[in-house]
Amino acid sequence: MSYFRAENLSLHFGGLKAVDAVSFAVEKGEILSIIGPNGAGKSSIFNLISRIYSPTSGKIFFEDQDITQEPAYGIARLGIARTFQNIELFENATVLSNLLVGRHRHSTTQLWQELLFLPSVRACEKAHRRRVEQVIEFLDLEPYRDKLISGLPYGVRKVIELARALCSEPKLILLDEPSSGLNVEETGDMSFWIRDMKSELGITVLMVEHDMTLVNRVSDRVIALNYGRVLAMGSVTEVQHHPDVIAAYLGA
Amino acid sequence: MRFLFKTDYEDDIRLFPHSGYVFSYGTLLVLLVVAPFVLSSYLVSQLVFVCIYATVGVALLILTGFTGQASLGHAAFLAIGAYTAAYLQQFNVPFPVYFLVAGLLTGVVGALVGFPALRLQGIYLVIATISFAFIVEEILARWESVTRGNEGMRVKALQLLGTSISRDSPTFYFLCLAVLILTIVGTLNLLRSPTGRAFVAIRDSETAARSMGINVSLYKVKSFAISAAITGFAGVLFAHKLSFISPEMFTLQLSIEFIIVILIGGAFSLHGAVLGAIFIVMIDPFLTYLKDDLPGMIAGVAAALGAGSARAAHIQDSVAAFASANGLKGAIYGVIIVLFVLFEPLGLYGRWLKIKRFFQLFPLYKRATFKRQKIYVKSERNR
Repeated sequence: MSYFRAENLSLHFGGLKAVDAVSFAVEKGEILSIIGPNGAGKSSIFNLISRIYSPTSGKIFFEDQDITQEPAYGIARLGIARTFQNIELFENATVLSNLLVGRHRHSTTQLWQELLFLPSVRACEKAHRRRVEQVIEFLDLEPYRDKLISGLPYGVRKVIELARALCSEPKLILLDEPSSGLNVEETGDMSFWIRDMKSELGITVLMVEHDMTLVNRVSDRVIALNYGRVLAMGSVTEVQHHPDVIAAYLGA
Repeated sequence: MRFLFKTDYEDDIRLFPHSGYVFSYGTLLVLLVVAPFVLSSYLVSQLVFVCIYATVGVALLILTGFTGQASLGHAAFLAIGAYTAAYLQQFNVPFPVYFLVAGLLTGVVGALVGFPALRLQGIYLVIATISFAFIVEEILARWESVTRGNEGMRVKALQLLGTSISRDSPTFYFLCLAVLILTIVGTLNLLRSPTGRAFVAIRDSETAARSMGINVSLYKVKSFAISAAITGFAGVLFAHKLSFISPEMFTLQLSIEFIIVILIGGAFSLHGAVLGAIFIVMIDPFLTYLKDDLPGMIAGVAAALGAGSARAAHIQDSVAAFASANGLKGAIYGVIIVLFVLFEPLGLYGRWLKIKRFFQLFPLYKRATFKRQKIYVKSERNR
């Protein structure tokens, strides 16, 4: 049984089939990239997994558990974190509190305890902070701890979003175009981080990406999509040389 | 200038970042404790209203400022607290009991209002809360067996530990001050723990909040309940202070006053709620002053500039008519809101920060310090 599995996943908006009977599996500890032209349904698949959309049909399994009916917040509690294509950070909060929100799924304190800020809450807060600091160190975010998001440049925000997802200590992370809007150097950093996430933190990665350099560098396997359907699946070179993929990108 | 070197995670958690805060808030507390024995009874009475308004301001701040859910129904929550107290008092229920019951009941009502509010955003939520406030106002006027309708209810002096506490006594002022301080400390505690961060997360991006494992519906309802409960507690004190309550005291205008408290206070800060409360309470005596003295003054100036006595008298009459016109208060509120939104969006607290920074950096202060620039504007958001 696979670690994560999507079975015949479909999402229809009226007559438009954004995702059409897509099936794939992710093995534990691998980096799987989803590629495809604009509008191929890549981000829609992510939104289906994280339950922003509900699938028209099909099922999603994680660790042999059917999570198709799980509410959006429940997905994160199971250990699936995600980033967004158009950065969704908490704009008017500091970097630190953004990252601490990432710890939410691990918070155990009750409202009345928090109102009194009992020693137990204080201890929890410090424990959360310790984990957040590890992520800050991992992603070199030390200079930004107390800065407001609204004053930070795009590239840094992108990293902070990744950091927030990592703070929740996910088992599976969904990266929606991690390199979009980044320069060559930043994309290089990103590829190291993604590899380290797999090797050091043991996180399984599912990634949507356009930048083929990044895909080449990090992916174990690749899925190519077009018009909501799977065109090809396999190693990077296999998929890149698949006639249907070449046709989809270059037209033939 | 002071530079803080953080050496412990505790440094980011504690309420007072350094000894300067302890000193200034300590001084403020001493002044507030001494106040009733020094100030005139009128000013102490105003201070009580400041405490009550600031408490409601903090409550509204939790809901609107931190969770991002606008409400124009807080006068209704205040009314529910006040009427619960007045009703229970008839049956000789002791103060601590009806104080708690009023707060809890208002909290439950707040949660019930929160449920339909889950599906509403922005202006629609404002309309929904206004309707809620009208419903409550109407119920208070019609449910005569409990609320005595438009006759209103008399509230007896507060009984605590066998002694009667008059609404003008320093003890009553201390009680209101204590409630305000407890509310502020509780809110600060909330803000440095997961619940408070969840509120802020919901305000800034519901989608991201959800994907981080926050049960958005649950936390919105929690925010409504907490905000309403605090307002309910304030309502009990409000009822005691006024010693008489009737439905027409809890109108839309009062809800708007609460919005002004946080808007003029500004910057989504608790300081702002207190400053805004001072502003809104002190504007009333100012308007009275305008009504009583201003016409005479203007006429005097006109006479000095060479207007005839008949002309001066005419000016005095028309200014007086203008100053005592119905709805002038509402109009002034409107103008104030517009001016603040346009010229001082960070509110009174923002202005205070600027003045403070000016003296800290003197003579190097630059006006651009507080200029916010938008580096990246979002193109599209998931809802």
